[in-house]
Amino acid sequence: MADLIAKSALAGHAPLTLAGVTLSEIALDPITSIAPFSGQDAAVAKALGLVLPAPNRFAEAKGARLVWTGRGQYFLIGSPTPKGLAGIAALTDQSDGWAALRLDGPGTEAALARIVPVDIRLAAFPEGAALRTAFNHMNAVLMRTGAQTVDILVFRSMARTAWHEVEAAMTALAARQRLT
Amino acid sequence: MRIPCPLCGLRDRREFYYYGSDDYLHRPGEGAAPEAWDAYLHLRDNPAGVTRDLWYHETGCTSWLVVTRNTVTHEILGAELVAGEGQGKPAPKGRRKAS
Repeated sequence: MADLIAKSALAGHAPLTLAGVTLSEIALDPITSIAPFSGQDAAVAKALGLVLPAPNRFAEAKGARLVWTGRGQYFLIGSPTPKGLAGIAALTDQSDGWAALRLDGPGTEAALARIVPVDIRLAAFPEGAALRTAFNHMNAVLMRTGAQTVDILVFRSMARTAWHEVEAAMTALAARQRLT
Repeated sequence: MRIPCPLCGLRDRREFYYYGSDDYLHRPGEGAAPEAWDAYLHLRDNPAGVTRDLWYHETGCTSWLVVTRNTVTHEILGAELVAGEGQGKPAPKGRRKAS
């Protein structure tokens, strides 16, 4: 088979720094959605060798990230499709379905506050927290990976819209900073 | 207006989709009288006061919730998951290790 060239969702967008925030595309793949069947949470955790994160949390171990992404659903990121889950969980390869953005820097919270309707300050959204929320009109998964760093997953078809809306928030913040 | 999602916490109303009365949870059994189906499909109370209705946490955890609220004061009194345990509902405290 021909060796095709894989392009990321935002190929061609160089990192953008404005108002103390750097917006960049990151590689978060592969992504496998894992939905344990009824009553199989413990068996799934054992097969994965990972603790299933509580709602609004993600866990990292052995180079993989396991993220709570909804009722009875987790995303396994950065690890090949796990074995040993046949009959105890529904698995879906979602690697190409999402675009991943990273906001990094002291202005991260101020930029996000213009986009998501939740409290994203560090006290309410600490490291290790994962949120499913509205990213303006889009669905998104937010992961707090550092004190000034948030990783964001949006549907791949909305990658450029998400980029545009974060850029707009950053531009507005930069304009305000120039006034003061 | 904010709704306390049992999984996600207190969230903005924009994250939710409104469906209607929780009468939809009380589906008549097989062979029920036509009157029961008529009531299930069409008859709704319109209370001035406490009411229970179904909301979908569309941009959050994608759970269906029963929300108790007061139509006079607009107070939200509580929200519960529609799904029972074993359908993705978290186990009671102490049975699941926090990460």
